[in-house]
Amino acid sequence: MLREAQPLTTGHLGGRRGPRLRQVIGPCLLSAAVLAAVSALALASGRYNVSLAHVAEILASRIVPLGSSLPAAEENVVLLVRLPRVLLALLVGGGLALGGAALQAVFRNPLVSPEVIGVSSGASFGGALALLLGLGPVALVGGSFGFGLLALAIVFLITSGRGGTHILMVVLGGIVTASFFSALVALVTYLADPFTTLPAIVFWLLGSVATATWAKVLVAFIPIAAGGVVLLALRWRINVLSLGDDDAAALGLRPRPLRWAVLSAVALMVAGAVAVSGVISWVGLVIPHLARMWVGPDHRVLLPVSFLLGGAYLIAIDTIARTATAGEIPLGVLTALIGAPVFFVLLRRNRERIWDGA
Amino acid sequence: MLELRGAGFGYSPQNWVFKDLSFSVPPGTVTAVLGPNGSGKTTLVRCAAGMLAVQEGAVRRSETAGYVPQARGSTFGYPALDMVVMGRARHIGVFRSPGTRDRAAALQAMDRVGIAALADRLFPTLSGGEQQLVLIARAVAGGSRLLVLDEPSTGLDLKNQVRVLQLLRELVRSGMSLLVSTHHPDHALFLADSVVLMGAEGVVTGPAGPLLADAQLSALYGVRVSTLNYDDAGTPRRTVVTPFGADER
Repeated sequence: MLREAQPLTTGHLGGRRGPRLRQVIGPCLLSAAVLAAVSALALASGRYNVSLAHVAEILASRIVPLGSSLPAAEENVVLLVRLPRVLLALLVGGGLALGGAALQAVFRNPLVSPEVIGVSSGASFGGALALLLGLGPVALVGGSFGFGLLALAIVFLITSGRGGTHILMVVLGGIVTASFFSALVALVTYLADPFTTLPAIVFWLLGSVATATWAKVLVAFIPIAAGGVVLLALRWRINVLSLGDDDAAALGLRPRPLRWAVLSAVALMVAGAVAVSGVISWVGLVIPHLARMWVGPDHRVLLPVSFLLGGAYLIAIDTIARTATAGEIPLGVLTALIGAPVFFVLLRRNRERIWDGA
Repeated sequence: MLELRGAGFGYSPQNWVFKDLSFSVPPGTVTAVLGPNGSGKTTLVRCAAGMLAVQEGAVRRSETAGYVPQARGSTFGYPALDMVVMGRARHIGVFRSPGTRDRAAALQAMDRVGIAALADRLFPTLSGGEQQLVLIARAVAGGSRLLVLDEPSTGLDLKNQVRVLQLLRELVRSGMSLLVSTHHPDHALFLADSVVLMGAEGVVTGPAGPLLADAQLSALYGVRVSTLNYDDAGTPRRTVVTPFGADER
């Protein structure tokens, strides 16, 4: 499938041939269609089977009164159980992929994922701490969100001042912050009661959207939409920034404030994602790569396509996680089990195409 | 128009790269910056372009300078046209994308530089010379009449050197002001109206003719350098020669 899509990577935007609109809209529409198809299948499948026609009828009846005659159980399963779960997976998967794509541009490094800036670790410490202290769901979300942003503030402090201007310092600051908070997470799990809180912490850290509710969807929506809107609005500026600080400055941009704007937007999204779903790795690394191989590096297309494909990917994985076995396979485990080998194959096949010798 | 008045820059207070430096680049002229490795050529052109702030004196620019860095490839494989369109960045709002007029300006700049045929090629797949021309087109697309170029001919083969030099001369003839750093005294001889010689003993500025002479160049580079006048099929020319190995005897 990827092979066939190859010629598209050399297509450019704004050329004389073909209107620019088509080159942006085409891939976006196609990935939106994939997302819609995956979502429909996810809403239909599960232990309580609902046919696709019924799913469509239930969704439509929320918009236009149809006088539906479907059993209330089907409606409840779709609207109260599966729809929030699908939307949460969309927000988390899309947010992580969009954030990863933006970070790879800002750091000009294909190995960067949202975990690199330390926000995931900070957020997971905040959540684990809330679980340890038994503070309830509001503190879980608030704690992971707050500590995620605190991690970004620490990275910012480490890199401010003399010598802190370089991209490398930001990466190093992120690694330092991440390992610091990882140690704190380890301390929390060590202190946790092995019969009650420890399992809760471990399962939360593995990542899952199984506990999705409409409230959680709202909690995830606000930061992820806010960060996403900023990133999508900056999409062309991110192109310029991806040339490097020197070139960006030569072209009249101020690279540092712009980079921090992107980092803050990503941190907001990652903190929001971790707060509702724990740590789900690899999505922010694999999906941007996949999208880049398909549509090329232009962030005007890459960013929206990354969001749509990331959402579709996590919805698909989550559907597998809850239907493959009687129990629930933790999402973070599946994304890594699938993501790592897929990433390896993609890198081996397409190494030279998008990244200059990377 | 670019003007430096008593400009000074140092990475630490005791260690000035240059100090009390004054020169100007009027429209339609080229000033070349020459000096050995590490003499501060890049620092000077970055100060002139406004990418570094001088600590003393003042740098006056009639307009924002178009800066052309050395071509070093790029991380992402953007098409050449997209690279040139990025030269329009300062005319495009923070949350906006380039429009039809920006693309037209970019294509016009590529045409002027003579690389319109490269528009669809991916930047990293271009040769070093072609990449340099794309970066010059990018600065031209920005619309500035003042260009600052950091070693535009370094790392290019002879044909591409000629291509870049002729292009720069055409740009100057159209009334632009150019500040160019270079490792090639010959290129300064061909292009420059004035020179800035950044030697160990300090910086010397002045008209190109008298300063690009045997004694000055020998002192600047610390090796024996001679200028040679010759007749190129009726056209009198001057070139710089280095008698390689002559100092060993």
